[in-house]
Amino acid sequence: MENGLKVPTMAELFAAGKQPEVLFWVGCAGSFDDRAKKITKAFVKILNKADVSFAVLGTEESCTGDPAKRSGNEFLFQMQAVTNIEVLNGYGIKKVVTACPHCFNTIKNEYPGLGGTYEVVHHTQFLRDLVSEGRITLEGGKYKGKRITYHDPCYLGRANNVYEAPRELIRKLDAELVEMKSCKKRGLCCGAGGAQMFKEPEKGDKDVNVERTEQAIETKPEIIAAACPFCNTMMTDGVKSKEKEASIGVMDIAELIASAEDL
Amino acid sequence: MEIIQQVLFAVVLIAGVGFFAKNVKTLRRNIKLGKDVDVSDNKPVRWRNMMRIALGQTKMVVRPIPGLLHIIVYVGFIIINIEVLEIVIDGLLGTHRIFAPLGALYNFLIGSFEILAFLVIIAVVVFWIRRNIIRIQRFIKPEMQGWPKKDGNMILYIEFVLMLLFLTMNASDFQLQQMNVEHYTQAGSFPISQFISPFFDGMSATTLILIERTTWWLHIIGILCFLNYLYYSKHLHILLAFPNTYYGKTTPKGQFANLESVTNEVKLMMDPSADPFAAPADDVDAAPEKFGASDVSDLSWVQLLNSYTCTECGRCTSECPANQTGKKLSPRKIMMDTRDRLEEVGKNIDANKGEFKDDGKQLLGDYITNEEIWACTSCNACVEACPVSIDPLSIIMDMRQYLVMEKSAAPTELNNMMGNIENNGAPWPFNQMDRLNWTEEK
Repeated sequence: MENGLKVPTMAELFAAGKQPEVLFWVGCAGSFDDRAKKITKAFVKILNKADVSFAVLGTEESCTGDPAKRSGNEFLFQMQAVTNIEVLNGYGIKKVVTACPHCFNTIKNEYPGLGGTYEVVHHTQFLRDLVSEGRITLEGGKYKGKRITYHDPCYLGRANNVYEAPRELIRKLDAELVEMKSCKKRGLCCGAGGAQMFKEPEKGDKDVNVERTEQAIETKPEIIAAACPFCNTMMTDGVKSKEKEASIGVMDIAELIASAEDL
Repeated sequence: MEIIQQVLFAVVLIAGVGFFAKNVKTLRRNIKLGKDVDVSDNKPVRWRNMMRIALGQTKMVVRPIPGLLHIIVYVGFIIINIEVLEIVIDGLLGTHRIFAPLGALYNFLIGSFEILAFLVIIAVVVFWIRRNIIRIQRFIKPEMQGWPKKDGNMILYIEFVLMLLFLTMNASDFQLQQMNVEHYTQAGSFPISQFISPFFDGMSATTLILIERTTWWLHIIGILCFLNYLYYSKHLHILLAFPNTYYGKTTPKGQFANLESVTNEVKLMMDPSADPFAAPADDVDAAPEKFGASDVSDLSWVQLLNSYTCTECGRCTSECPANQTGKKLSPRKIMMDTRDRLEEVGKNIDANKGEFKDDGKQLLGDYITNEEIWACTSCNACVEACPVSIDPLSIIMDMRQYLVMEKSAAPTELNNMMGNIENNGAPWPFNQMDRLNWTEEK
């Protein structure tokens, strides 16, 4: 590959008679959104470095149907789900990792009822396991002592009770983790969920992402850590609207780790 | 004279409990207007949820100040009800303080009831101040104008008066006991009402008996009235919190139910051996299933139970990102509207001899607007915030399903997004064949 990444597809491995340890579900944002693609690449860098045997579906991957379901289009959601499940089951997939909490939630919770049961983990959980198994080592260095606040994505946190994995990773970087006034179970949404990402907000006093960014800025962070491509977009826009982009970066956990490792 | 009092008491008691039973029947009937759902799973989890959340009040203390005050009122009301049992037995048998032979235990019980009653009075006063003087945000939102505000205060007044009657009753009783008046057994300890009884100094036994009897009667009548006020008020939560937490969601919050009726159709569409021209199966006359919800009868009975359980505390609304940023959506209003519409449908049925007569109205449109429905980010903050496991989000999602699948009434941008998913498998107009392009980019 041009950028030095090794990204095998399921089709290639299947043709070679191989089965990867885990399927990396890239998701639509991770495949197409310019900002999210950087997260995808950072995650793949770590996978390559840790020598994880993985594969992607590539052109056989399609939207999980999450935004359709949250918009009320159950037909479209189930059509997408059934098609994806056919592909996943066809390849005999057992374990799925994804950097998108929406894909994570949908495949983990809503696919089993339609015939697709897999072990599904979020990339922050997967990375935490890589660290605890010693397959990657993290030594603060670059992020030592930096103030990092973590924004809980709704579909990872409240929806699936994953609060600790991303925080453990931030601590492992020797960074100073500072919490916003609403965090964990009471974390405030970035404003993108429920298909809001794809439409203009209803009339109000303020945009949700601005409100959330203000809460983040109150903690005086150097970095706002996110674990969802949509939260990342919303928080980045929020930081821009506050004209703080020079002093506050918005980064995915995978990017923090990849850059700490200087991959 | 005694026997007249006893008969009168029995009549009052039967009327009070009977009228309440009638209301419970209506309540059950209305809740059952909802669709059936299977909630027979996860029994141990459900019991644990009920014990923890309803009995143990675990979610109330997420906000420590109102949580603690609420526990006082809650414990107060449960424990003081032991005293109500004595009052009922005394009333029916014409006895006085029938549990007095319990001796030291009785003294301890009465003493602790008094302390609790006093604490309840303090808590109720603080609650009133929070609602009316400090005017805490969540109590003055638009949906709280009018009746809901009056209802909230009314409950506080009733509780205040009931506790005051209880203490005054004890104070006069204490005074009578000290005067060795016949029938007034020497029993009980009065750590609080001993401070009220000096007001009765110098009064004749007759006057005191009149005060004691009056407060005794007002107290028990008050309790029966309060019991019957529940159905007309937001206060039903004191009973329904228990079943509601039992029937609450046990799956991860992010898991939204898959519509079975859709699954069947999707399977048929995906089945290569299905004959597209086949005649419909035997149930030709069956009306096609309606997707989503536009009125209360499209919701499940658990969602309707949710609406009766809501006590309008507004924790959901104060945690809602849409509401915090000035949008019209308020999860509490979704629940209040659902209940109001359900009551309207129930009254319609009562007025039309058990049959619902179309009134040209429905929950979506006449109570809840599309604007509210589309402002939701599905973040589950409201569900997490509810101290009694109400799920406003599920109603919002059911209504979106109705708008999209029955009315094709999604906002244009969402229609574009869905069109993209249908055509190229992503919410944006990118070709599925380009999904790996990122691997080639720097």
